[in-house]
Amino acid sequence: MTALAVRDLHVRVGDKVVLQGVDLELSSGVIHALMGPNGSGKSTLALALAGHPAYEVVRGQALLDGQDLLSLPPHERARAGLFVAFQHPPEVEGVKLREFLRLACAARGQGFCEFQKAFPRALERLHLAEFRERELHVGFSGGEKKRAELLQLYLLRPKVALLDEPDSGVDVDALRLIAEVIREMAEAGTAVLIITHYPRLLEHVPPSKVFVLLDGRIAGWGGPELAERISREGFEGVRR
Amino acid sequence: MNRVAARLSKAFVEQLSWEKNEPAWMREHRLRCLEIFERLPLPRFGPDLSALDLGDLTYYARPVAPVERLEDLPEDIRRTFQALGLPEAEQRALGGLRAQVDSEEVYRSLLRELRAKGVIFMSMEEAVREFPWVQEYFMKVIPPEDNKFAALHGAVWSGGTFIWVPEGVEVEIPLQAYYRMQTEGVGQFEHTLIIAERGSSLHYIEGCSAPRYSRMSLHSGMVEIVAKEGARVRFTTIQNWSKNVYNLNNKRAWAYAEARVDWVSGSLGSQVTMLYPTTVLLGPGARTENLSFTFAQEGMWLDTGARAIHRAPETSSRLVSRSVVQGRATSVFRGTIQVAPEARRAKGHMECSTLLLSPEARTETIPIIRAENEEVELGHEATVGRVSQEQLFYLMSRGLDEAQALSLIVNGFVSPILQEIPWEYALELRRLLEMSFAEAVA
Repeated sequence: MTALAVRDLHVRVGDKVVLQGVDLELSSGVIHALMGPNGSGKSTLALALAGHPAYEVVRGQALLDGQDLLSLPPHERARAGLFVAFQHPPEVEGVKLREFLRLACAARGQGFCEFQKAFPRALERLHLAEFRERELHVGFSGGEKKRAELLQLYLLRPKVALLDEPDSGVDVDALRLIAEVIREMAEAGTAVLIITHYPRLLEHVPPSKVFVLLDGRIAGWGGPELAERISREGFEGVRR
Repeated sequence: MNRVAARLSKAFVEQLSWEKNEPAWMREHRLRCLEIFERLPLPRFGPDLSALDLGDLTYYARPVAPVERLEDLPEDIRRTFQALGLPEAEQRALGGLRAQVDSEEVYRSLLRELRAKGVIFMSMEEAVREFPWVQEYFMKVIPPEDNKFAALHGAVWSGGTFIWVPEGVEVEIPLQAYYRMQTEGVGQFEHTLIIAERGSSLHYIEGCSAPRYSRMSLHSGMVEIVAKEGARVRFTTIQNWSKNVYNLNNKRAWAYAEARVDWVSGSLGSQVTMLYPTTVLLGPGARTENLSFTFAQEGMWLDTGARAIHRAPETSSRLVSRSVVQGRATSVFRGTIQVAPEARRAKGHMECSTLLLSPEARTETIPIIRAENEEVELGHEATVGRVSQEQLFYLMSRGLDEAQALSLIVNGFVSPILQEIPWEYALELRRLLEMSFAEAVA
């Protein structure tokens, strides 16, 4: 089932049109990958879909479960079931991880009792038990920030998850853990898009479908073999 | 005397004293203060006070008669009390409660256990009538010469709380007073005097609010605290005056040897506030902590600060302020740590942080640290931050609306201070913050 359909998406950042007609579809319960070199517009796609004010959609459409996403403010996109794991999540001093996630889960319609049960389990799953009362991302290492993003994904159970470089700065053990959690989420029905310029993570979470983004457009797509080909030949091979 | 809209004059001050049936020393004190008031200039620093017309104030008003039970108060006041949770707090969490409307007390209660231990909790004028020794303390901590509003206060003061805690008595649950300005254009001048004898302890909480009028009103209270050897006093004020109120206060404490005085101030309301709680550390080992939270909203000028005057060896002070400024508002923090030559091995630390929520918001931090001996440890930090678009967007991308995201960030920013105030008040503060963000975003 199609969870997210993006059609002819054009996005401007400042005076540069970064995305120039992106089309892609994500299916529920399926792991997808979006690959492309640095600067090809991968993060732009994720942030534009999330509604970042600096990313202006000039044309196109995005439907989440048939609902028009682009007319909604960012928090309503999240409430509708979109989740973006940030490549560089900001530190927010004074805001406790727990307090923040309680509000975020409530916004997704989860009750307090449900949260009370799910939160410790999720911390455990992501090996973050000692982060319970920590301030959001404050003093977290790069890898800890990535796990904290996955923790949120795990708790919020979105319909669509766009994961922007979830493996950068992560050691081998954490990489394995992240891969496992991503697979679990897909098995539970989330449509997952792993955004990466580097195929390492994909060896642990083989995607069913791979999109390649070059110069602001989807230059090609295919099965898991496409990721392997990029691994061997680089993006230039796809461009040809 | 129910209401006097009369001009401030010698005749008015004499009549006030006569109606209150005061001893001669107080009448003379009032008249001396009036002379000093007429002589002194307005403060030469801080906010513009030119719109405050001291000739157009009601200097005394008693719109509500005293009652025995809270439920006998007039409807609108009762509703405010309920919204503030005072009736429940009185039952569960307070050792005593006083309520004052405009110039006079309307209600008072004190737990039997505390009465039995000899704790005195009454209105200031009762204390002046009953205990001649009050004269030894009254406006000795803050003399009328200190500033124009101290002198004005000394001339026209009415109401306020007197607390005496006997030697060694620890008052474990807080005593609270609530001040309300009810009459349009009124001036409220309550005088609070707290005397904590050796080794005693007390937590006193003040809450303030007023309905909104178009005419300006003036609140100019005075608080004097005397913490004797080894006594501990914590004084918490949560001020949510409406935006037609000039809130110009004087608060000062004397801390003798090994005594501790803590000030916790939350300033959320008023048109203009000037408030600089001060502790004079008079005896060796005396300590003070001064925590201030201000939330300046559209059109307001909150000029607050904290002062620690070290006059004895091994005294220590910690001044912490968190200010949040929204819209076209101004927040100024004046922190002073002053160390006398004899205050060897004194320690002082000052920490001021401001969070600006709008491009028009103005803030200034004015730290003054002066040490007259060299064996001291003094520190100062100040930061000014803005809520970043990235933080806001990140929180919103998780489903929080803008008001929720803002109030989460602001709550996080002020949490070092919220942790220090009673939880009912922390809850109330959070609620007020959320309400004002919801309004601002809408």
